[in-house]
Amino acid sequence: MNEFLTLMKPELQITIIIFLLLFIKLSKGIKNDLLLLIIQNLLLLNFIAGFFFNAPGNLFDGMYQTNTLIAFQKSILNLGIYLISLLFTGWFRKTEHLPEFFILMLSALLGLDFLISSGNFLIFFLSLELATIPIAAMANFDLEKKISSEAAMKMILSSAFSSGILLFGISLIYGATGTINFEALPAQLDGSTLQILSFVFLITAFAFKLSIVPFHLWTADVYEGSPIAATSFLSVISKGAMAFVFISVLYRVFQPMHQVWYNMVMLLSIITMIIGNLFALRQQNIKRFLAFSSIAQVGFILVGITANSPEGISSVVYFILIYTVSNLTAFGVAAAISSQTGKEKIEDYKGLYQTNPLLSWVMALALFSLAGIPPTAGFFGKLFLLTAGASNANYGFILIAALNMIVSLYYYLRVIRSIFMDKNEQPIEKINIHPSTKFAFIICSAGIVLIGMLSWIYDYIQSLNP
Amino acid sequence: MFTPGLYHILFISTALFFIGVFGFLTRKNLITILMSVELILNSVNLNFIAFNKYLWPDKLDGLFFTIFIIAIAAAEAAVAIAIIINLYRSHHSIDVDNAEEMKY
Repeated sequence: MNEFLTLMKPELQITIIIFLLLFIKLSKGIKNDLLLLIIQNLLLLNFIAGFFFNAPGNLFDGMYQTNTLIAFQKSILNLGIYLISLLFTGWFRKTEHLPEFFILMLSALLGLDFLISSGNFLIFFLSLELATIPIAAMANFDLEKKISSEAAMKMILSSAFSSGILLFGISLIYGATGTINFEALPAQLDGSTLQILSFVFLITAFAFKLSIVPFHLWTADVYEGSPIAATSFLSVISKGAMAFVFISVLYRVFQPMHQVWYNMVMLLSIITMIIGNLFALRQQNIKRFLAFSSIAQVGFILVGITANSPEGISSVVYFILIYTVSNLTAFGVAAAISSQTGKEKIEDYKGLYQTNPLLSWVMALALFSLAGIPPTAGFFGKLFLLTAGASNANYGFILIAALNMIVSLYYYLRVIRSIFMDKNEQPIEKINIHPSTKFAFIICSAGIVLIGMLSWIYDYIQSLNP
Repeated sequence: MFTPGLYHILFISTALFFIGVFGFLTRKNLITILMSVELILNSVNLNFIAFNKYLWPDKLDGLFFTIFIIAIAAAEAAVAIAIIINLYRSHHSIDVDNAEEMKY
């Protein structure tokens, strides 16, 4: 019993918060402002408590596994959800059904936590569904907007289709090996044709969830139509957790088929980077632009995954930490502007520096970090990813990745140029930033600058590797 | 008397899977698309049961998996139908061709 409480602590904390929110929902008459303050403090407590009493261990006959690295990955997700609760204060205060939104978001987070800890394809599938179904409901949260329901429709249908493909792959693996347990599977894998076929089905399902090209078609539409808090959850937290799971499934379960998946992941990485970059060049809407830029970032994560070494794991975890703070900052600025003025086009950002110097600097810092320009943390994240990928001595592949970084500079700097240099007769008026959003901007900017400078963070992640 | 073997059942389940995929990609009506997804999930159920009966009769993993898939498919269909009803309220149609505000 005691072991159950300590090992499953992150999930139990989130469950407690969900139940508290349900009770708060039942007692009427609480204003949104007070409720939001309670939620933010609960999530802060949840984030801090995640650092204590973490022990490695198994529960339920190996179905649930945890260790210090997994606990750290869950802490990154908890940090992300705390920043979301701060950053989108402007939107949350106007929302009519605030507790429901957080219940859905925390349920999805609960699913992602179980997903990271899963040690069996059964709990893997169940937690994946727990993580995706609430997101579809969140995408539909702007009930009066037409594009919101369209986005939710695209989300639920493509996720149902991809889970069907995943299940078909799992059923073939069960037929070929007779087990669905992650510990027992590697000994049974010998690279027969049926196993490779089932692996292709599995990787297709992962590619849907991670929006890897050619399975990315739902991404931009869902990002544009959903409310911006749901978009940022989908693009940062859900994608980060899926990357953690992808890496642990490839490294632990499919280690005997390393040669097979190395070639697949390399090919997917190359086309993801190229297509993501090319489509990001021509986007006019800031949310679609960030959608395609996040597709290109997933391509870089795949470069790190091909390393097949402990450096691969630590560089991906480090990059996700940086990606969380930088991408959330960019979404936060976009949300602050669109919730007051309703403007989401990149053209509207022209001359933003004349009226909102603070927002402009924060946005510029976030975009520099996403592009990977040296003083910011994004540079170090990409450096470690490419170094890990280069350990296979496949230098042509690394060269393609480096060239793609240069292409991505163009479209990130295009936004920065329109903010700082382009003249505009009627720039966006002065934006009122809520104090808690300002606080989140300070945390994120400090993170973007310091995570790269403080070398012990990467060393700490490396020391967590089991 | 003729008794069906593993290959017969696998043939049916694979055919069901690809009928579902074909329907998902070609149908225009959202309810029909949802039915195609259910076909895919049921083909997986058949697969699990067949593998469990013919190849691994001493294990229970496949049977349990099937029960969970049925439950999850019901939950997914409930959310999907709620979203489709909402789409019908805003677009006055459940045809995918009419839900085309966002492109490229």
